[in-house]
Amino acid sequence: MLDSNSTIAKVENILVHHHGMEGALLPILHAIQAEFGHVPQVVLPVVAKAMNISRAEVHGVMSFYHDFREEPAGRHVVKLCRAEACQAVGADRVADHAKKVLGLDWHETAKNGSVTLEPIFCLGLCACGPAALVDGKLIGRVDEAKFDTLVEGLK
Amino acid sequence: MKIYLPLDSAAVALGADEIADAIQKHAHAKGQSVTLVRNGSRGMVWLEPMVEVESPAGRMAFGPMTLADVPALFGDLSAHPKALGLTEELPWLKAQTRLTFARVGVIDPLSLDDYKAQGGLTGLTRALGMDKAAIVAEVTASGLRGRGGAGFPTGIKWKTVSEAVADRKYIVCNADEGDSATFADRMLMEGDPFTLIEGMAIAGLACGATKGFVYIRSEYPVAIRVMEEAVVIARAAGLLGASVLGTGTAFDMEVRVGAGAYVCGEETSLLNSLEGKRGVVRAKPPLPALQGFMGKPTVVNNVISLASIPVIFEKGAAFYKGFGLGRSRGTIPLQIAGNVKHGGLYEIAFGLTLGDIVDKIAGGTASGRPVKAVQVGGPLGAYFPRSLFDTPFGYEEFAGKDGLIGHAGLTVFDDSADMLAQARFAMEFCAIESCGKCTPCRIGAVRGVETVDRIAKGDASAIPLLTDLCATMKAGSLCALGGFTPYPVLSALSHFPDDFTRMKDAAE
Repeated sequence: MLDSNSTIAKVENILVHHHGMEGALLPILHAIQAEFGHVPQVVLPVVAKAMNISRAEVHGVMSFYHDFREEPAGRHVVKLCRAEACQAVGADRVADHAKKVLGLDWHETAKNGSVTLEPIFCLGLCACGPAALVDGKLIGRVDEAKFDTLVEGLK
Repeated sequence: MKIYLPLDSAAVALGADEIADAIQKHAHAKGQSVTLVRNGSRGMVWLEPMVEVESPAGRMAFGPMTLADVPALFGDLSAHPKALGLTEELPWLKAQTRLTFARVGVIDPLSLDDYKAQGGLTGLTRALGMDKAAIVAEVTASGLRGRGGAGFPTGIKWKTVSEAVADRKYIVCNADEGDSATFADRMLMEGDPFTLIEGMAIAGLACGATKGFVYIRSEYPVAIRVMEEAVVIARAAGLLGASVLGTGTAFDMEVRVGAGAYVCGEETSLLNSLEGKRGVVRAKPPLPALQGFMGKPTVVNNVISLASIPVIFEKGAAFYKGFGLGRSRGTIPLQIAGNVKHGGLYEIAFGLTLGDIVDKIAGGTASGRPVKAVQVGGPLGAYFPRSLFDTPFGYEEFAGKDGLIGHAGLTVFDDSADMLAQARFAMEFCAIESCGKCTPCRIGAVRGVETVDRIAKGDASAIPLLTDLCATMKAGSLCALGGFTPYPVLSALSHFPDDFTRMKDAAE
């Protein structure tokens, strides 16, 4: 559990770093998520106050974008591309396999907190799909066997 | 020994980093000194990771490399199992007209010296000697149109911003390349970031803007890193800052990162996002050219539009305009993707037929099965059947066939594709990514999924309903997300009707 005082202190430090920046809210939310792995909801009023906007507005922004999480993800995040170019080379088949192997649907995290499975729409690897992003690492030409190797040890 | 190995995302996704480690380790073990340059990709993705070794005759290519192929790089190169010959002689590369991508894959992306040695900064230097109106006139004369998909003449957009009166103006580069099958922006930023910086600086001069932003999607970690490093280098070298190349004119820029919203590729939604707001679409007018970022006159251009500016100033508007057909002037970086034998980036003048691109350049499908459909222009582009393969690649030519070239991405599908499923996906994607501001898109996409599901269950009466819904979305949506989702849906329906009646036949 995060200590809320130290969390807020860290966020205030982030806010100082972004002082005077035009349109700073997205960079601030990115920095908060980079620090904590998610955007702790306790910090929203702090951000709102510093930006001179309402808490609802900060919530509105963070909830609009797929990247920002309210809750921590699993220890490992597996993202599979669902877009057309990857579909053309079997992404749907690989996704079905992945869901079965991990026992997860999209956006779900394993009960033991090990893996989160998420869809992603295009990594720009459209000539070497199906594409995946596993803990930030780009991977091309993912088939069922390659997927099994990738998640071995993550579970 | 000088070795080139791409840092490009596609090469990395196919193991380039591991090959790089192996090369270093092997060189160390052999006591051989190796200079390893991490360059951009030459665009032949089926050959990645592709290593190039400098030789007196030119750069020799090897690929696709595996770890087992690394030791042989230190032996007799002509006997290497993955030897492809001289890079410049590879037919796929040789047949291209590389103007915007001339340096991608050639230079070290973060070496300003390499950049200058290959013609970099010649265009900016020329533009610095011209007045604003002359710079705008040069862009207009080149015939360059927005490469993001809309095809709006770049010179006219710049003229509007240039002539607007305001205390501040901005240049915003749209690098939110979210369309599936497109990766030209990514490859350009990873392989030749200074070209984009130079193009933006010229745009700044033309419009009297002193600040620029590159809005890059978060799904592009490598492009973000390379662009950020390039901006720092450019600033240190005086290419950016209070006095561009010592001329006393200011222009600086910042890299901003998106947060996974496809709709932010739409220019007004991108501007909202850049301002720190929800990425909802703004009604036009007012045009961003007059009231854009922070309400100030703003040029919003795609990466490829801006990256094509330096070569236009280096070689002249007439040179650039000399390529192409009809009102589609210059070159276009085709991005060939999906189920293809030879996928990657292919820059060529407008005008090739779709059939030549798919059958000759891409070499047909990777699976070896017949091509069924090609989606041109990303998730909002139409599916083209083989009967339309004689369509020449150009803005008007594709519009005339109820399609669009978009950002010039092509996704090839073989005959195992189910076009009803593709139509459903188009609606599903629109429902997931809709910003929610206008009803036809927000509600229409959800109803679209349901209607396609009815058709899938054999309810033929839902087909006219789907057509009607598409007409509403097309005419009533605020931006291209809701407005263009009907393209893939209706093209799938009209060109592949059998896929929409199959279930019914089975039911009867």
